[in-house]
Amino acid sequence: MAVTAPLAIDIENMGFHYPGNADVSFSGLNLQVKKGERFGLFGPNGAGKTTLISLMTGLLTADSGHIKLLGHEMGKQNNSSTNKLFGFVPQDFSFYQELSPVENLEFFGAWAGLSKPAIKRRTDELLTILGLQEVRNKQVQKFSGGMKRRVNLAIGVIHNPEIIFLDEPTVGVDVQTGHAIINYLHELNKGGTTLIYTSHQLSEAEELCQQVALIDGGKIIAQDSLHKLLHDYKKESLEHLFLNLTGKDYRN
Amino acid sequence: MFKLWTTIVKDVRILLRDRVGISLMFVMPIILVVVVTSIQNSTFNLVNKNKLSVLICNTDTGQASMQLIKSINKIGMFKVSLVPNDKTEKQMGDAMHNQDAMLGVIIPSNFTVKVDAKSKSIAGKALKSFGLDGDTVKKAGDVDPLTLYYNPILQESLRLSVQGGIRSALQLVESRETLRSLYFSINEKQLPEQLENEMLNNNTAINEIPVSKDGTRATPNATQHNVPAWTIFAMFFVIMSLGGSIVREKVSGSFIRLKTLPTNYWVGIISKQITYLCVTLLQAAVIFSMGIWLFPYIGLPALNLPSDILALFIVTLVCGWCAVSYSICVGVFADTQEQANGFGAVSIVILSSIGGLMVPSFAMQGFAKSAANFSPMHWCLQSYYSLFLEGGNLRDVVKNIILLLIITVVLQLVIFWGLKRKKLI
Repeated sequence: MAVTAPLAIDIENMGFHYPGNADVSFSGLNLQVKKGERFGLFGPNGAGKTTLISLMTGLLTADSGHIKLLGHEMGKQNNSSTNKLFGFVPQDFSFYQELSPVENLEFFGAWAGLSKPAIKRRTDELLTILGLQEVRNKQVQKFSGGMKRRVNLAIGVIHNPEIIFLDEPTVGVDVQTGHAIINYLHELNKGGTTLIYTSHQLSEAEELCQQVALIDGGKIIAQDSLHKLLHDYKKESLEHLFLNLTGKDYRN
Repeated sequence: MFKLWTTIVKDVRILLRDRVGISLMFVMPIILVVVVTSIQNSTFNLVNKNKLSVLICNTDTGQASMQLIKSINKIGMFKVSLVPNDKTEKQMGDAMHNQDAMLGVIIPSNFTVKVDAKSKSIAGKALKSFGLDGDTVKKAGDVDPLTLYYNPILQESLRLSVQGGIRSALQLVESRETLRSLYFSINEKQLPEQLENEMLNNNTAINEIPVSKDGTRATPNATQHNVPAWTIFAMFFVIMSLGGSIVREKVSGSFIRLKTLPTNYWVGIISKQITYLCVTLLQAAVIFSMGIWLFPYIGLPALNLPSDILALFIVTLVCGWCAVSYSICVGVFADTQEQANGFGAVSIVILSSIGGLMVPSFAMQGFAKSAANFSPMHWCLQSYYSLFLEGGNLRDVVKNIILLLIITVVLQLVIFWGLKRKKLI
């Protein structure tokens, strides 16, 4: 009898639409992500990636169906128990520009439920790993885009979450920073952390993701391991597969 | 508690790095209170301490007009200057303008003759009524009117009191002449000066006692009025920093992350309330300290703190909480920083105007007077005035404190509703 891996994310028959806006909507969406996977969610602009991540992180509430994170249903239990399970690295810089990395980590660590000693320990670890020790006490607003991306990532993972949602975590950074971030994500995954990743940088995605889902018009149009999808569609790269499935027209 | 404490530390750090916000909350009200108090203090001195300049053009040559001038001088509220007796109305106006006089009086040329005739006539009537000398009564016309010129900026109440003063001087002159005629008719000799003074001079003293709740007799001055009023304005002006800070947090990415963390945003709101409540207390401490220690050095009256310091602290605390609640309320509903700052600034000016900070609410009429009750600043001001001007204590301001607390609780409920409606909690 085959042993089924526990699910990190289980979306079943989920429906959602923005009030007064039918452009992005989901109907009867199903998606499963196994625990410990590096899962990539791709699609053109306006396909619904950010909406889907917002639904999985509880920023939006589904109209129907259910979304479970590690068996805990989003929206049915109080936020504090489900929100501890995951970390979120939004596309926008989500921290206080007036504060230093240490001050930001201190504040967000406390809101993530960590104790003072745990915050101090994790802050030192993360600033060392992400190469921010030298600027630990400088205001973030004076940082370069790459340094801000690393601060953004550090805050999202400070509480060692079991699932991390990453919405274009390397957008606008140089090759070195992008590489360092992807390497760090690999390290986290080795420790058992599930990664849910979206990006338009498909070469980077090929390097990181084991499983991918292509989303367009609020529907998952393909989902499997990257290797199997490339084989089935007879494509050399994720970019070719992406263009083949979503077309070459401009998207808004 | 650790989450709350960390959030307060975060808010304080951001606040300390916001130099514009700090300037708006501290420097601007300090400048306002100094400037407004200085201006009002000059006006207070002009009205209360300086004598009103009056030019008198005496076209009469008799004794009665000289006595009238002497009596006007004796009133004590005028600085009398005599001008040549050939002034026309226009020349009188020019002379007032040139000599910076607020008032001008022209005594008619036949003043003494008319007063004399009138007094003899009245004396005759009196004698006739006593049955002493009925045949000597001669009819006399009214004394020609004095002409009083005044600068239109003179307040009506002050003009009326000037009129009253001149009337009493006039009355004294006429009474003296009547008395002299009467005495001469009966005794055929002049009225002795001592008797005349005893009969005419009113020696009954008037004791003036300012009524205050704590029995102190300090007279309110521009400082006592302005320092509390502009302290309240400063407290409500935290909206420029606090309202904007809430909007900035809402529209920045940090808020999205906060919503995905296992902590309710209400912790953030409580932290902002505590942080900015401390700011309002600090504002009050700074402005009051300036009133006490700095004002005397720049020629302004020193601020006298009320005797009930506990009441002062409680009133300041409640006013501060009300101001912070109002600011958060605006911040929660505003969608952009421009909205928060624009609406915030305009609404504070309106609330302070109808609340009596700019025009005393006792001077308001009709709708404006009723509208004052809806301004939290009105109740803050009433509480402070009760303590600073009337020497009241905690018992005297309890009603105002309760009203302020009711307004604050309503604002808190609106904040909660707004956060729920916008799905922020």
